Amino acid sequence: MTELTFTKLKKNCRLDPADGRECRLAILGDCATQHLATAIRGYGVEEHIRFTVFDADYNQIDAQLMDEQSEFYASKSQFAVIFMCVEKLYHAFCETQDRAAFADTVYQKIRGYWELINAHTQTTVIQFTFAENDDRVFGNYACKTNISFLYQVRRLNLLLMEGAQEVKNVFLMDLNRIQSCFGRDTVHDEKLYYIAKMPLSTQILPEVAKQVVDIVKAVSGSIKKCVITDLDNTLWGGVIGDDGLEGIQIGELGLGHAFEEFQMWLKELQNRGIILAVCSKNNEETAKEPFLKHPEMILQLDDFSMFVANWEDKASNIRRIQETINIGMDSIVFLDDNPFEREQVRSTLPGITVPELPEDPARYVSYLKGLNLFETASWSQADRDRTKQYQAEANRTASLAQYQSYDEYLQSLGMVAEARPFDSFQFPRIAQLTQRSNQFNLRTVRCTEAEVGQMAADDRFITLYFTLRDKFGDHGLISVVILEKTDGDTLFMYNWLMSCRVLKRGMEEFIINTVIGTAKQAGYRKVVGEYLRTPKNAMVKDIYERLGFRRLGDNTFEADVDTFVQNKTYIQIRKDDAQ
Amino acid sequence: MSREEILEKVNEIFWDVFDDDTLEITEETTAADIEDWDSLTHITLISEVENAFDFTFAMKDVLGMKNVGEMLDIIEKEVQ
Repeated sequence: MTELTFTKLKKNCRLDPADGRECRLAILGDCATQHLATAIRGYGVEEHIRFTVFDADYNQIDAQLMDEQSEFYASKSQFAVIFMCVEKLYHAFCETQDRAAFADTVYQKIRGYWELINAHTQTTVIQFTFAENDDRVFGNYACKTNISFLYQVRRLNLLLMEGAQEVKNVFLMDLNRIQSCFGRDTVHDEKLYYIAKMPLSTQILPEVAKQVVDIVKAVSGSIKKCVITDLDNTLWGGVIGDDGLEGIQIGELGLGHAFEEFQMWLKELQNRGIILAVCSKNNEETAKEPFLKHPEMILQLDDFSMFVANWEDKASNIRRIQETINIGMDSIVFLDDNPFEREQVRSTLPGITVPELPEDPARYVSYLKGLNLFETASWSQADRDRTKQYQAEANRTASLAQYQSYDEYLQSLGMVAEARPFDSFQFPRIAQLTQRSNQFNLRTVRCTEAEVGQMAADDRFITLYFTLRDKFGDHGLISVVILEKTDGDTLFMYNWLMSCRVLKRGMEEFIINTVIGTAKQAGYRKVVGEYLRTPKNAMVKDIYERLGFRRLGDNTFEADVDTFVQNKTYIQIRKDDAQ
Repeated sequence: MSREEILEKVNEIFWDVFDDDTLEITEETTAADIEDWDSLTHITLISEVENAFDFTFAMKDVLGMKNVGEMLDIIEKEVQ
């Protein structure tokens, strides 16, 4: 559980995080939510988020959502927390005749809330699950009949999980998981509920606030993408250089079991799309020996996108990995058992996350799980291939040396791209790219899957996504352009972003050529681009000028469709798309 | 723990909860004496006292205590 107390969070509310970004959040509850609002605001300060919270009055969910003139709609909140407590749910259950259909009925009601919010706003819903609770009226037989409260509340949580998969801008904050971690007596305070209609204990509020803020951060694009790990006493017990292959601890027996579990967990993260890399003070050959020869290693060399083992300081090595993979330092987690190394890395590389791993390896996994570092707002099949993509990138870099000039190298890659309007298969990946891209992102417009779908269907927009592949592999979907029809003559580049994996390949040239071609075909005469500065996107501040646009103002640029000179690129359009 | 020691510890909780370390509470202090002592802060106060002294107030005590002295009576009984 987070070590922050409610009193500390309450004090935070009086502070004003100067560098914080703004976020408007509404809370709709069927119980008293004032302290929850305070906890979320206070936790936001810890994470440099300045929350403006609209905390609806007690038990006003229906009234707020049904009335288009309500304070909720007027609050224009980016997020809406819906917290319905299990105590109220039980009350409704007791008054219901058709117990077997109870969960489905309640689910329909909640689904109706989500749809009302979707119909009127762009608000992202954060729905709390119900803390499962049994009245013991049936004893353990409750598990054996569908008319028990236990059965119905469990079914309801599952229905919510299924519904959240369908309704794209609904995210669940799993209160039931919190309860199963910390216990009902910690989460609930009956006395507070009876006196003040507050179902959550003061003690658990910081943890609940953390989970809400974690979701807000992930939806806003702040996510971890890479784990860099040490080897000795981190991935296995002992020191490979001293103890040798037979001496290190890894595998099912004894101390090795904890390290085996830890490796298995990292492997799961890698499967989900987190990039793994090694940073170890070792001879490279020695460091690789367990991966090549130890039969009980779970992680294999090809699970890592980079493997750096030498005697340089770790901060320099991590910086090298970060520059090669080309992601922000704030999206990297560094794991090391040695407090000295951790401190050196933390103090040298601002932004990087360096967890204070517990001394006992048995607690590595549970400690890291508790931090919830890998919250995400999207997932797509393409995530599975990410490791392969970074490995292909390393092969490309290696092949570069064979060529006399960079142009010759680019020609040799045999690059083929496609450009297509958004289709529903790609909505998850498109939404994810808008959430993940920070550097090559002209206006940093973040979109949920639902918003992507809306724009694809909206006549006012022309949407394009781009893929790229070459002889070393497939980059997949790497760029998104959304053109807004501002008038009969002009298309405005409402959104343009690209994965940094494909920088300096001629892809940006190819994209702009395609945009101008698309504008021409649709009968437009001008394309206007805009650069909105963020702390991270300086690399694209002059890109429109470089690609043949004329500067109109500080941050706006324009191209004439008829006189535009195509940019040079070695990328071919995929044959079956050629018109 | 003597009554004075309890009062001292409770006073520190008041400093924390009301974010004001100039507060000097006495047995006679009531909610009317401290500007921010409303029903919501009362709940925070109760939770913090419960954590600090490791017991839980009964529901009627939370609603019924009239001043700090009555709070000390309950704590004193619980910690003995």
